[in-house]
Amino acid sequence: MAAISASPELLRRAVAPKAVGWAAVFLAVFGLWIALPPVMTRSALWPFLLCGVAAALGAWVTTQGERKLGWGAVGVAVICAVLGYGATLSSVAHLDGAQLSDAGPGVVDWGQMINLMFVFATPLAYAALGGLFSERSGVVNIGLEGMMLAGCFFGVLGADKLDSWLLGVVCAMVSGAVLGLIHAFLSIHMRADQIVGGTAINFLALGVTGYFFIEVYGENGTISSEIPDIPDVNLHFLDHIPPHSYGPHGFWYTAIGNLNLMIWILFGLLVAVQILMFRTSIGLRLRAVGEHPRAADTVGISVYATRYGAVVLSGVVASLGGAYLAIGYTHSFTENMTAGRGFIGLAALIFGNWRPGGAFAAALLFGFFGGLATRIQQYGYEPQVLLQALPYVVVLVAVVGVIGRSIPPASVGRPYVRQ
Amino acid sequence: MTDRDKRVEEERIEAERQALDQELPPTPSGADYAPSVAARLEMLQRAGGVVIPVVTTIFALLMAMIVIAATGHNPFTAFRGIFNGTGLNWFFPWVLGADRANAAFNLQQTLIVTASLILAGLGVSFAFKCGLFNIGANGQYIAGSLVAVWVGSSWASMAGGLHIFLAVVLAALVGAAWAGIAGFLKATVGAHEVITTMMLNFVASYVAQALVGRGGQLQNTVDQSNPVSSDIVQRAHLPVFWGDPVLQGLHVGFFVALAMPVVFWLVLNRTTLGYEVRATGFNPEAARYGGVNVKRSYISAMAISGFFAGLAGAIDILGWQFRLGVLDIQIVQVGFIGIAVALLGRNSAVGIVLAGLLFGALTQGTSTRNPAIADIIDPRLTGNLSIIIQGLVLLFVGADLLFLWLWQLRKKLRRAPTAAPQPGAAS
Repeated sequence: MAAISASPELLRRAVAPKAVGWAAVFLAVFGLWIALPPVMTRSALWPFLLCGVAAALGAWVTTQGERKLGWGAVGVAVICAVLGYGATLSSVAHLDGAQLSDAGPGVVDWGQMINLMFVFATPLAYAALGGLFSERSGVVNIGLEGMMLAGCFFGVLGADKLDSWLLGVVCAMVSGAVLGLIHAFLSIHMRADQIVGGTAINFLALGVTGYFFIEVYGENGTISSEIPDIPDVNLHFLDHIPPHSYGPHGFWYTAIGNLNLMIWILFGLLVAVQILMFRTSIGLRLRAVGEHPRAADTVGISVYATRYGAVVLSGVVASLGGAYLAIGYTHSFTENMTAGRGFIGLAALIFGNWRPGGAFAAALLFGFFGGLATRIQQYGYEPQVLLQALPYVVVLVAVVGVIGRSIPPASVGRPYVRQ
Repeated sequence: MTDRDKRVEEERIEAERQALDQELPPTPSGADYAPSVAARLEMLQRAGGVVIPVVTTIFALLMAMIVIAATGHNPFTAFRGIFNGTGLNWFFPWVLGADRANAAFNLQQTLIVTASLILAGLGVSFAFKCGLFNIGANGQYIAGSLVAVWVGSSWASMAGGLHIFLAVVLAALVGAAWAGIAGFLKATVGAHEVITTMMLNFVASYVAQALVGRGGQLQNTVDQSNPVSSDIVQRAHLPVFWGDPVLQGLHVGFFVALAMPVVFWLVLNRTTLGYEVRATGFNPEAARYGGVNVKRSYISAMAISGFFAGLAGAIDILGWQFRLGVLDIQIVQVGFIGIAVALLGRNSAVGIVLAGLLFGALTQGTSTRNPAIADIIDPRLTGNLSIIIQGLVLLFVGADLLFLWLWQLRKKLRRAPTAAPQPGAAS
């Protein structure tokens, strides 16, 4: 002990709680990774050993003042240990299709996993970007869920009745804008509690979409599968780039070669939002209104107009996520089909520290687990239903681990009164 | 006028302005406003009293009628069907014979739903009082139901009263623990309770579905293809005091639901814990400064909130459901309706009972179990209609400033012929 306390600065920095905490996180992920292809250890000992060490390190970190990071590391270690154990229990063929080409791809086909990660992350990322506009302007938007759901239904309705997926997307955007306008009016002019207002939006969207779904499609209970879909973007040249995997397509094509158009639009939107928010005067004004509305008002920025614009835009972007979900991915509508994705998007926004890039990274993380849960279920393991809880548990752990390092806009949730 | 005079004059004006500012009540909004749900509701309680909930309800029902009319159904027959389905016509002395028997049966169903809604509303409301938004009452309800089913279907030899007591208390405690997770996370790392409770909802739902579903530990042993739990033993059923026990009469859990608002009021207004919870809800910073352990308030408020929600799950299982199926878990909405109950009832014990009755009647009247509407309008439509009404109620509860403005406008218009409106009177 004396040696450590008298040790040079370098050693002290090496055992700094923060560094140890992150090392624990990586160690836990490594423990999971070795249970997966291509390494694929068949003994449960290694994942348990590595994750156990990681959890112990995390627990030590909690006693050293880095409590959030420490608990985050413990949470990651537990999840990785469980998943790693599950991986060692399942057969090689299930894990890795490359070992058995006639059995088709296994659960851990990295190309498919990346593809599914994008598929599942996209609605979350749209919701998070929508929330970004609203929250950066100082209005909490719990109603993202409802706005997405409206986007789902009115996207399907528009695409079906107007016979064009583009008009369907437009319908979705209009529905999101209307809900955004209601939320804006409630939180800006009515000075309502913004969480109550958002909950009202969620209920309204749930009821209205359910009502009109029964009213329009109630006879047969489903929507015909012939509604126009948002097209996929096929990038066939990716097939010629190694590494080639088994099956009809290569790794790159499987991963990003046939993503939906809405996913590519999302990538463009991310860049656009980053530039808009941090490189233009509009973005500066919007952020100023969210940080200190009185100061913004004093220099002549209209707080009300800015917030109205931001919240309506928020509804439009969130409903795009719904449109993707309904007419880009599932090609149908079911009541309450968003299943909490708006809330996960909000969590991604918090996890990503109210920045487009961070929110997208968080959405990818949550989307990865959503995809993983679905993929494992496709292979018919017993606790199928339990696996569906996985993405939500990951969100819980992530939100708990990150809070404190992520700083919300200063005036978020506070109504503003002009004087 | 010299510079000195000018400065004196400016100082005088400034002093007058400050004096005027002090006379005016502090505006509860703007940059200094701590955005706590409880404080805001408390303010509107003074402003609106009982008028706004009533007006809110009427507006919401009117708009629901417009929705029905706009989609080509007759709103009056539909609402009469819903009303008769609630069984509230039992109170009309001219309803006789078979109608009266039907009405009594329907009223029992309404009150069964009302009981759990009151408890869920109390749960949501207790968190509100601490400035917390417990959107996860549904998950806590599911946790309570699950424990009630587990206890109720095990230990068949236990004495009836003890069995019921054990099931109810354990279910409520597990509900409290489930909500307590969110309270603990809020208190220790500051995780926002809306996100954590929402995620806990999904986790509770899927865990419960896994346990009672095919191959789950609590699934029934009779029919392995049926994803339903075992039935609870006969002795663990709550006694029925009105109606036929076989045909789902009104159970004594209803009295629990009527007693709990009293407990709610006593805990909030007559205990140190309740005082600290309310102080935290008004202003956490001020409470901390005043020596209140804010973290403990968060945890205990959430735990008590979950206690009520878990209790709701227990009396539903022991009172009329007797088993828990995967489908039951998927469609349960009690915790979410509890939000509307708490807000419409303005977080007061009496208000929650009345709002619980309203939403209980609405839920029963619009459900597929109401035969009266089946040939008038598709019950799936009215089921969604009741969700729309809940949304509208929340919307109008949020927009109560609108009603205040309209009210003031009306007064101003009435005064206009006699006296000119004073400038600046409308703030």
